[in-house]
Amino acid sequence: MEMEKYFRVDKLPHIWCPGCGHGSVMMSIVKGIDKMGWDPEKVTVVSGIGCSSRAPGYMNFNTLHTVHGRPIAFATGIKLANPELHVIVITGDGDGAAIGGNHLIHACRRNIGINVVLFNNQIYGMTSGQYSPMTPEGSMATTSPYGNIEPPFDLCELTRSAGANFVARGTVYHLPKLDSYIEKAFGKEGFSYVEAISQCPTYYGRRNKMKTPLEMLEWQKKNSIDIKKARDLDSEQLKGKIITGIFAERDDEEYTARYDQLIKSVQGGKE
Amino acid sequence: MPKKGKVEIKESWCKGCEICATFCPKKILGLRNDGKMEVKDPENCIACNQCVLRCPDYAIKVEVIENND
Repeated sequence: MEMEKYFRVDKLPHIWCPGCGHGSVMMSIVKGIDKMGWDPEKVTVVSGIGCSSRAPGYMNFNTLHTVHGRPIAFATGIKLANPELHVIVITGDGDGAAIGGNHLIHACRRNIGINVVLFNNQIYGMTSGQYSPMTPEGSMATTSPYGNIEPPFDLCELTRSAGANFVARGTVYHLPKLDSYIEKAFGKEGFSYVEAISQCPTYYGRRNKMKTPLEMLEWQKKNSIDIKKARDLDSEQLKGKIITGIFAERDDEEYTARYDQLIKSVQGGKE
Repeated sequence: MPKKGKVEIKESWCKGCEICATFCPKKILGLRNDGKMEVKDPENCIACNQCVLRCPDYAIKVEVIENND
């Protein structure tokens, strides 16, 4: 693959720490775009704030680095104004699940044609390691020095229930599978959500007995369970596990298409 | 004849995280004192491309140099 076609190579190397998984997820997205054969001029990548949200700065498409938690709101505007664009949102567990959680569920409910890829490193990395709504229970963070007592969100179950057309979760360890989920998501009309479990060795691993990126990848490998196997296990057996696979695959009508029909019918079929 | 490869590391992009070395089935990569990766054993590369797939910094290229399959 031609790096120059899809990346702003003069901006590389990226800002992420040694061993951070975000570079791998960004490449997975770019591979997906390449496989779809989309014209880079017709692709818009939108992000919020956080480590994950630095990604569009390196990507050679129409890019927008917006305010904290609001990339889906900006993306909704972009998609409604230009439904022919392929709109991809890159967000993180802090940006997408905490401050931006409301935008996420409503975009699912509308089933608007936006592809969200959430880089889940389970921590607020950019601000030095506060726990997020997706930090596993019991984990150490700067704001949970005695262990996190909050259970994490399962955003795959949430987005599936809220009406997203495609929902999947993959990990950086199982990279080829993640590539296939992202490709499938890009092929769907309507809203898609792909969660990529990424590693933050600097602010998550170091405080949780996984000092190196390799130990974190090993943790992803050991704790992942395929959704088909997970169906036979109870909640106690699934505690602390990463359920991977495809959670939803539907073909409900996309929002901008419905909006278009509404305009036509209100105008009485007039051009 | 099995495949052979020539590994090229872009040093200015390499951060020495050692992910490539761990996934290399032939263990031909290693960390140098200056914190960059190096190819310790270039003869044994089998061009499997695991390092290329795994490098989060896009710092590795593998060129297939021999393939008589």
